[in-house]
Amino acid sequence: MTATLTLGPIPYHWPAQAKCDFYARIADEATVDEVYLGEVVCSKRAPFFEAHLPDVISRLEQAGKAVILSSLAEVTLKRERKATVELAELERPEVEINNVGGLYARAGRSHRIGPFMNAYNEATIGWMARQGASHICLPIELPAKAIAIAAKTARDLRLGVEVQVFGRASLAVSARCYHARAHGRSKDNCQFVCEEDPDGMPLQTLDHRPILRINGIQTLSESYIDLLAETGPLMKMGVSHLRLSPQAVDMVAVSHLYRHCMDGKISVTEAKRKLQALCAGVPLSNGFFHGEAGYRQIAMDAKR
Amino acid sequence: MTELICPAGTPAALRTAVDAGADAVYCGFQDATNARNFPGLNFTADELARGVSYARSRGTKVLLTINTYPPAGKVDLWRSAADVGAHVGVDAFIVADMGLADYVARAHPDIRLHLSVQAAASSPEAIRYYCKHFGVKRVVLPRILTIPEIRQIRREIHCEIETFIFGNHGLMVEGRCSLTNYLTGQSTNMDGVCSPASDVEYVQDEDGSMCSRLGGFTLDCIGAGEKAGYPTICKGRYIGSHRPEGYYAFEEPVSLNLSHLLPELIEAGVDALKIEGRQRSKSYVRTVVSAFRSALDDIRHGQTPNIADLVALTEGQKETRGAFETKRWR
Repeated sequence: MTATLTLGPIPYHWPAQAKCDFYARIADEATVDEVYLGEVVCSKRAPFFEAHLPDVISRLEQAGKAVILSSLAEVTLKRERKATVELAELERPEVEINNVGGLYARAGRSHRIGPFMNAYNEATIGWMARQGASHICLPIELPAKAIAIAAKTARDLRLGVEVQVFGRASLAVSARCYHARAHGRSKDNCQFVCEEDPDGMPLQTLDHRPILRINGIQTLSESYIDLLAETGPLMKMGVSHLRLSPQAVDMVAVSHLYRHCMDGKISVTEAKRKLQALCAGVPLSNGFFHGEAGYRQIAMDAKR
Repeated sequence: MTELICPAGTPAALRTAVDAGADAVYCGFQDATNARNFPGLNFTADELARGVSYARSRGTKVLLTINTYPPAGKVDLWRSAADVGAHVGVDAFIVADMGLADYVARAHPDIRLHLSVQAAASSPEAIRYYCKHFGVKRVVLPRILTIPEIRQIRREIHCEIETFIFGNHGLMVEGRCSLTNYLTGQSTNMDGVCSPASDVEYVQDEDGSMCSRLGGFTLDCIGAGEKAGYPTICKGRYIGSHRPEGYYAFEEPVSLNLSHLLPELIEAGVDALKIEGRQRSKSYVRTVVSAFRSALDDIRHGQTPNIADLVALTEGQKETRGAFETKRWR
């Protein structure tokens, strides 16, 4: 049993050139099979990268990676509605929908269901499949027991089923921009201050304990989700796709660690040790998978 | 006529809200199937049956809240909540999960379906999806829209619109928030809990200041004599790289109060106005419901409503009109 390794959309507002360089390296060096592109967090950011998108898509496809375009998670304003409808109307590449408005516009044509869509259970997954979903990314907070049942349902329906195994967890989205708020601005005059924080803006508790990261309208976990030790159980459950969410670390190296660990080329213990070194200073966590507080790191039997 | 929708956390609160002039009350069962799954709150099947009969005899509707997201393997609990609700004769189900909406639409086609705020349908396209596929008759709008935006949505959809006007001011998009689960291991979406009391602690310092914690994480510290709201992550105070002094990164501890905007909301085409607070006391419910009842009646009779009493009830005495009044809130 193996699984496809994917790279999720970049959650942060990296400069367009940084994104181009990042994807060039992903195309050439990363051991991921599929790459999700597009702005999922803030519609104001989208224009910066749009012009580069066709080149990045062809670069990745030439390197043998499948490309999927992800839609915005929060859709309220006119430009957001328009962007969502336009994406939903694309024939190719494949699209991943993150807002119900996109499902309406897609009108039953084949699509992927993104992690913001709340596909928590077998009934909802069954419903989504009947409406044209070909692939489901499960919510980040779903515990192992529910993942197993959801994955079985999805596989029985011949859907791809995906779980995020690396990177900060998206814990909440809002209409309000907390990056702008931190700088005494509002969303409309944010001046793209989120660009200053390529790995999110850290928040600490008043007694100086790191807790969350702000990314525009999104709130992320301080810790990186790390399910290296759980990739084996996930694949056994029938999870077909494992997602790495881009963070400001060496994502090529991260992809190698996951691929090698999934293929049994290195031990979980060694992979985890190397991952911890790569992500120096950032705690790793797997609590959600184990039904515990998400920030926790629960020890797994490292042997397989 | 604009309806007044009122919280009923207990059978006593239900009777109080009905007596105080609610057009409809909303309530849930004592389990994870609703988003106020707090100890000591909510209804057994028998209590709901009695509540429905009390409300009905006084011309008030009962809306059953089944608005959390069943995790895989537990779907039956949510379905049976709907079945019990249908059996005791509730007037509508308030749901968010698509699988559950599909079930309810097929199993109980004669009972109205309302789309919960937990579904976070904030655009005409999203609302149309639920109306088209599940026959949703009313959408409860997320608390993130300005009144002009609500008016625009009203023009583009065919179902009724319900908006929150008073009570807790949810900052995050409802149904998309795992903050509580990140610190406590209990999920707002799957377990119906937000900042559960079992995980909250208060620690007093020698200087009299008080710190509140959730799951061991400090959410706020306030000086002696200062008033604090119930600790939640989205109303917590944090240190940011540009805010070394500590600040409310998401929102101050304020409550939503749209009593000043009632005429505008009605004019924008809102069909139902909702008061949050199933966790609130009977006397709170009586005061708030009575005040809004008379305000709505005043508006109906072309008079200026008196809403001064409502301001005093808001959390920590601080209120907000949130997103409704201006885009600058964002």
